[in-house]
This record gives sequence, C-alpha cells and structure tokens, in this order.
Amino acid sequence: MSKVLDRHLIFRHRDIENIQNIDTYIKDDGYSALKKALKEMKPVDVTNEVKSAGLRGRGGAGFPAGVKWSFIPKDIFPKYVVVNADESEPGTFKDREIMEKNPHLLLEGIALCAYAVGASASYIYGRGEFLSTFRPLQQAIDDAYKHGFLGENILGSGFSLDIRLHLGAGAYICGEETALLNSLEGLMGQPRNRPPFPAVAGLYAKPTVINNVETLSGVPYIILNGIDAYRKYGTDRSPGTKIFSLSGRVNRPGNYELPLGTPLRHLVEECGGGVIDGKQVKGILPSGAASSIMGGDKLDTHLDYESMVEAGSMLGSGSVIILDETINGVWAAKKNIDFFRHESCGKCSPCREGTHWLKSVYTKIVDGHGTKQDVDMLGTIIGQMEGNCFCPLGEFVVPGVRTSLGLYMDEYLEMVAGNEEASQPQKDLIHTFF
Amino acid sequence: MWSEKERQELDKILEKYPPDRKMSAVLPALYVVQRRKNYLTDDDIKDVAEALDVTVTHVHSVIGFYTLFRKEPTGKYMVQVCTDLPCALRGAEDFYHRLCERMEIGSHGGTTDDDLFTVEGVVCIAACDKAPCMQINLEFFESLTDDQIDEVIKRLRQGESLTAVAANY
Repeated sequence: MSKVLDRHLIFRHRDIENIQNIDTYIKDDGYSALKKALKEMKPVDVTNEVKSAGLRGRGGAGFPAGVKWSFIPKDIFPKYVVVNADESEPGTFKDREIMEKNPHLLLEGIALCAYAVGASASYIYGRGEFLSTFRPLQQAIDDAYKHGFLGENILGSGFSLDIRLHLGAGAYICGEETALLNSLEGLMGQPRNRPPFPAVAGLYAKPTVINNVETLSGVPYIILNGIDAYRKYGTDRSPGTKIFSLSGRVNRPGNYELPLGTPLRHLVEECGGGVIDGKQVKGILPSGAASSIMGGDKLDTHLDYESMVEAGSMLGSGSVIILDETINGVWAAKKNIDFFRHESCGKCSPCREGTHWLKSVYTKIVDGHGTKQDVDMLGTIIGQMEGNCFCPLGEFVVPGVRTSLGLYMDEYLEMVAGNEEASQPQKDLIHTFF
Repeated sequence: MWSEKERQELDKILEKYPPDRKMSAVLPALYVVQRRKNYLTDDDIKDVAEALDVTVTHVHSVIGFYTLFRKEPTGKYMVQVCTDLPCALRGAEDFYHRLCERMEIGSHGGTTDDDLFTVEGVVCIAACDKAPCMQINLEFFESLTDDQIDEVIKRLRQGESLTAVAANY
C-alpha cells in the first residue's frame, strides 16, 4: 500500500504500538491538546478553531462541527455532549476500531468539545453489539479519571466532566440523532420532530451536542497543531483526513485513513489491493446501504464531500462497498432492502409500508416470479417514499433503488423476461404479502 | 426479585443518570435481568418496571422495539451470523447455511436439540471487513472458516468458557 499520510491523525495506533494504554498515549502528546485548551484558550476559542479548521461531521451528514457547537445556548444548564457510537450502517466499521485501538483520542476529543460548549456530562451511546468494545473503553475512562483528565476540576482548571457509557440494544434507527436521544432516555428509539433541534432541547430537553466518534476524535489534532496543520490535509472545502471502511469484492477490505480528496481508485486499488480475481468494478456504494450506487466508470472520482455529490452520490460515513462483475445488481439491491425493511422503526407509514412493499416486490422478482409491472412498481414505491418519510433513514432507501434501476435495468428485465404480466398487479402483490 | 448482586449492579447503573431520569436505565436494567434465564419473563419485566417507576406496558414496548431482548427461551449461546450485503459479498450467506446444516437445525437457523445453541442470521454487526463474522452472546468472532467455527462450537460444547474461546479469535 502506498503511503499517502506521513502520519495518521486518527488511526495513530497504526503508527504507535499500544497507544490504547494511557501512558503511551500521553508520551505521544496525548491529552496535550486538552492541557493547552484549559490553560491557554477560552471555550469560544476552541469552537472557533474547530470551525476554522473546517472539521465536518463524519457520521454521514457532513455538517461543520464547530458550527454545530456554536448553536448551543450559553445560558441554559446543564448541557450535554452525546457521542454517536451507534455504528450500524452496513459497510461501516471505523468507530469500533477507534474505540478499541485509540480510545483516549476519543475521550480527549469529547473533553475538548464539552469544554467548548460548557457541558459537564457526556454519554457515549454505542450499539448493543459493542458490549465487548465498551469493556476496554470503560477501562480507558477509568484511567483518564485516575490521571485527572476527567472528573472534578480537571487539571486545576475549574472545568469538570463525567463521561458515561450507554449501550443500545439493536436498532439501526438509533443512529439518527433524535432517535438516539429517545433511546438514551429509555424510550423506543424513534425519531423526534425537529424543531426543536438537539442543540436547544436535546437530552432531557437540555442543550445537547451530538457528534460521531470519528468527528470528535479529529478535534485534539486541530487544537494541538492548529488550523494550518490540519488544512494541510484534504481539500479547501473538505479539509482533514477521513477513515474509509472498504468492504465487498476487494482483496484487502479494511479501514483506511486518507486525506479527503483522495481518488476512489487509490482506495480500491492501492489500499484494497484491487478487485478479487482481477475482475471489473461493477458498482460502488460509497456510503453503505444508503448509497446512490455509482458505476465502475466513476473510480476516478475524488473522495470529498463536494466531488461525491457532483458524481451523483455522497460521501456519507465513508463506507465504500465494492460490487464486481460477478454480482447481480438486483440481488445486491434486494439485500439492502431486506436490511431497511428489518430496521424501519415503524413510526411513519411511507417508510414502514414502503420498505414492506419494496421487499415484497424484490423478493418476487429475485425468486423468478416478477413481471415488468413489478419492476415499474419499484419506481412507483420509491417515488411515494421520497420526501415523505419522517426522518432521513426512510429517505436513505430511495437512492439505492433508483440508481440500481438506472444502472442494472437490463438485469431486472432479464429476471422478469417471459413472465406474464398480471391483469391485476395489486392483487398479485397482496397475495405475496399474505 | 432482584438478587443482592443485581441490586448493586442496578444502583451502579442508576448513578449514571440524573436522579429524576431513572427511565434512562431501562435498557441496561433489562440486560441485567435477561441474564437470569437468557430471555425475559413477565416477572423480570415487572422487576424492571417497579425499580424504575415505569409501567409494565412501557417496558414491553421497549423490549419489542429492540432486537437484543427476547421473550422466548433460546439456546445458552446465541450465535448471530451477519448476512448483510458487505458480508454476503464475501460468502457469508453460504457460510451461514452450511453452519446451520452442520448443526442440524435446517438451513435457516434455529436451536439445537440440546438447547445449547441458537443460530440466526442477523443484520450488520460492524465487522464487514472480516466476513464471515458473527457474535456469540455478543463476543465477536471474525474472518472465520468452516473449520474454525466448528472448533469454536466444539470447545463451547466441551464446557470451555466463552471468554476463553473468544480470546483466540
């Protein structure tokens, strides 16, 4: 693998052995950013620094982190920092590596964020399946308390912070920030109406910053080394580095930290060692199951927020799934629909019913009983979902189906060829339903 | 009824949340009581409701919403194999069906006759680069071959502790 980075910003554990141990972390300048902030910077300076560095949310939406922090009202207490570690999008496995291998970086990032916004309590909300990931993370938290980086009056600054772990129990929807808050409050993890936004009325109706694990892990480097050092990486509008989770039909799937703006081809060919058996790339899902699928001809697209949108997709959380020519495009779309059907929270009918019907129709087609009308029906269903779902997760279903129909229509038609069109398509589908 | 040890564990959990926000502890408290039998009985659910001052109905709604809580008995070990797209692209579906067949529970999951293992296909567990991957009682087992998983099952059958076995994978 060619080396693009002289050092990792987030995946520092790949440069320094045992950095999960607090002593090793401290030796590598760990917690120096926190010391610097508490000693030399006002909270608003920290926010401004993160804003000017251009750090954008790494959980998928790409919203500027510093701007998000600046929405927190000053005069309402208490305030909370909630960390979104509900990593559940098929194809995403980066936050787990950060928490397991470099946990203090995350803790330091949380402390900096809490100092910036004036929060004294933080929760890390992890998916229930992260039970074994949270064990060493709790150890890291305990060590940070012992060294005085957490708890009361941190390093004599007067700033106090508690970080607590909270496990979910298996629900993709809890990655949506307001659903996460409901889950943390002990409710079903269904999304809330917005406004009010969490910055104003979040956890327990108090001002709350919610950031992804990777976003907060990017903060210490910025505070310690400054804006220019951070902006050396990435592009003008997408500064810094990003972790890309590469999976699917490549020789070396895994997490790779790259400067934003790196060509997709570099990720797939240099990092991932190319496609298995030297096959051609047939499709790229650059942001997990929720992706607009890109054709294999888009490999020269640059991995930054703007370029990916220009290419008709999005950067999202950087979970790049590769399909090769041995994979049937209809089957791949159906796999993702099965996922969304399973994970629809049931709150709004466009998503609840839409994913149900998509699954029914896809199953019928893949099982060999579909007709041309069924293929058309897929387009009709996503048309009825688009713009009508209560939260983004319902909307995530639409682009995958739409682009799959666009790119792989010949495969859809091949699958339904020879099957007679039903005179009453609805009845036919209801039959599948029951 | 809460045992002394469970009560201590619950008190420690409750310390994490503001005193007037006990409901936040519903999920962690359910994990504690689910360990009693590996699934949740009406009594367990009542215990949680009473301890947290919420209704039994509320606890039921939460249990129904999340996949990691169960109201039916399962095997001692829940073997959850990811079969989502990224894993399926690396052969996870076939791996899963083969495993089920070797464990003689049909090809689509179920519980073994000795009630030791329940095998099921699940959605993403955040280990897509290490497919085929699975969790056994939430411990990760990754990049598995058929022989390796057979060895894992064999060792668990022989009574080795899950933690000891998981440490090798």
